[in-house]
Amino acid sequence: MSWANAAVQGVLLGGLFALVATGLSLSFGVMRFVNLAHGDLAILAAYLAVSTTTILDVNPFVSLLVVVPLMAAAGYLTQRYVFDRTIGPDPLPAILVTFGLGVVIQNALLQHYSADSQGLDAGSIETASIRLTDDIAVGWFPLLTLGTAVVVLVALQLLLSRTRAGRAFRATSDDPDTARLMGIDDRRIYARVMAIAFATVALAGVFIGIRQTFGPAEGPSILLFGFEAVVIGGLGSLWGTLVGGIVLGVAQALGNQVDVRYDLLSGVLFGHLLFLAVLAFRPQGLFGRQGRA
Amino acid sequence: MTCGAHRISRRTPESTAGLVVFGALLVALATLPEWDPDRTLQVPLVTVLIYLSLAQMWNLLAGFAGLVSIGQQMFVGIGVYSLLTLAEDRGIDPYLSVVLAGLVAAVLSIPVALFAFRLKGGYFAIGTWVIAEVVRLLVIESDSLAGGDVRSLTRNSLGAYSREARDDITYWLALALAVGATAIVVLVLRSRLGLGLRAVRDSEGGARGLGVDVGRTRLIVWVVAAFWTGATGAVILLNSPSARADSAFSVLRWTALVIFIVVIGGVGSTTGPILGVAVFWFIDEQLAEADTWRFIILGTVAVVMAVLAPKGLYGLLQRWRPVQFFPVRRRLVPRAEEPA
Repeated sequence: MSWANAAVQGVLLGGLFALVATGLSLSFGVMRFVNLAHGDLAILAAYLAVSTTTILDVNPFVSLLVVVPLMAAAGYLTQRYVFDRTIGPDPLPAILVTFGLGVVIQNALLQHYSADSQGLDAGSIETASIRLTDDIAVGWFPLLTLGTAVVVLVALQLLLSRTRAGRAFRATSDDPDTARLMGIDDRRIYARVMAIAFATVALAGVFIGIRQTFGPAEGPSILLFGFEAVVIGGLGSLWGTLVGGIVLGVAQALGNQVDVRYDLLSGVLFGHLLFLAVLAFRPQGLFGRQGRA
Repeated sequence: MTCGAHRISRRTPESTAGLVVFGALLVALATLPEWDPDRTLQVPLVTVLIYLSLAQMWNLLAGFAGLVSIGQQMFVGIGVYSLLTLAEDRGIDPYLSVVLAGLVAAVLSIPVALFAFRLKGGYFAIGTWVIAEVVRLLVIESDSLAGGDVRSLTRNSLGAYSREARDDITYWLALALAVGATAIVVLVLRSRLGLGLRAVRDSEGGARGLGVDVGRTRLIVWVVAAFWTGATGAVILLNSPSARADSAFSVLRWTALVIFIVVIGGVGSTTGPILGVAVFWFIDEQLAEADTWRFIILGTVAVVMAVLAPKGLYGLLQRWRPVQFFPVRRRLVPRAEEPA
């Protein structure tokens, strides 16, 4: 595989990371809330898709019609009845509750589905590709993933900037107390934001399941990739999240290429090191405003 | 300390009683190998004491210094691989190497702080986790550390000691680590540093305004916790037959369980980790081999506690009857009450 092809595959992989990171970026942007169970929720959604496809005998893409609304509802209720109680000036309760929830989800999946790796079979789209040059081929499915990430991020950006609900989101983000004085129910805003975050991570989880085999223990690494995309792009910027995801994807793909050729660091490690470099030299991220970390 | 008609005291009747009880308990525990020849208590206690040591250190960071780390497994792993390198590969005495392993962890924790301290709250938590992953992957990739292989301490490093002596020394080390960790937290809280820490925790801006050097205070606590966690990691290896990078750097084993223990017992109190580790021991005794259920049960209890009783079992105890087992809180005592 050539360097150019590795870079192209990295951009496509970055679409998946951006999709994972969207929910993290949104909930941090609106309510400064960091959900450490985010990666485990993605894997949970992938397992729900496995069960849905088995029970209803449908394609994984059709299972999205079940899994995404289900996860969105779960997000709404979880925010309303659990996460809301942890929001405050002290970040500790939110960290403890979401981290604990992630560990419980991970082990419950292990108990129910066993440690065997699973996969979602989406048919011929998984292997179909377009050949651009002699050594660059673009898979239809990775392209669809990147396209979905862009559509989701554009839709969210439009929601935030153009709609009444988006205005309420932004007002609550800037100053929840004043927003409340203006008649905005901030608890309901938070629940809606978490519903969107769960829905997008469900989408990401099912796409992960179609792309590769997965097991119950993979949630944490998905969380870390999503978090790295958010920090590289800049906290609280949805466009930054897209770019952050793509930069991380390219770093991992090129890192794997280095590993194959020179037996050096693995691609994942390369991505982590890029994240640390951003943290050291540009802590506000590529698109972040100064002093928001 | 005096001021007019009042005196500042940290002692309470319970803390004096506590000191006597803890003293007696300590003597009993230290002589355990004498009166427990079958090791029915000694074997499970090593694990419990190791978890108490880790829990006190995590609580020192998260409960008092506002440093909620999900990367402490990195210092456990560094301790494990330091012991393997120093004792197994270099032939240094294994028990001296436990102290050296702590030093290695302390030194390496300083560059980690340079990166991680740029992040706050939840992002600090995930940032430390990423750094722990980086260290784990580097250990796996390293040819000399061979983190991908199963490695163990052999006759090379342990040959000078009999099996019985090794079991007893491992137990005493675990006891020293657990008691030492508790003592460190008590001493830090009684010191000026501890006063600064709690001021920072309650209001960072206010503490800064009063002249507390927030960064320096946090760094000191961070390095102390890394030293102790690293030394505990070395004892974890002494207590288990073998290790590989994935088990030595396990976030579930060395950080998640520890967090659950502290949350159940009570974050931000010295007694909390002791109560939490008792619950952990009790639940572990009920479960045979089911590792998964241990995480599901303790995790669920911890999440419920964090939502409904954020101060843990110790907080519930306080609500029922306010007692203070460790002399760490400053109170004003009228002079008349003072015993002559």
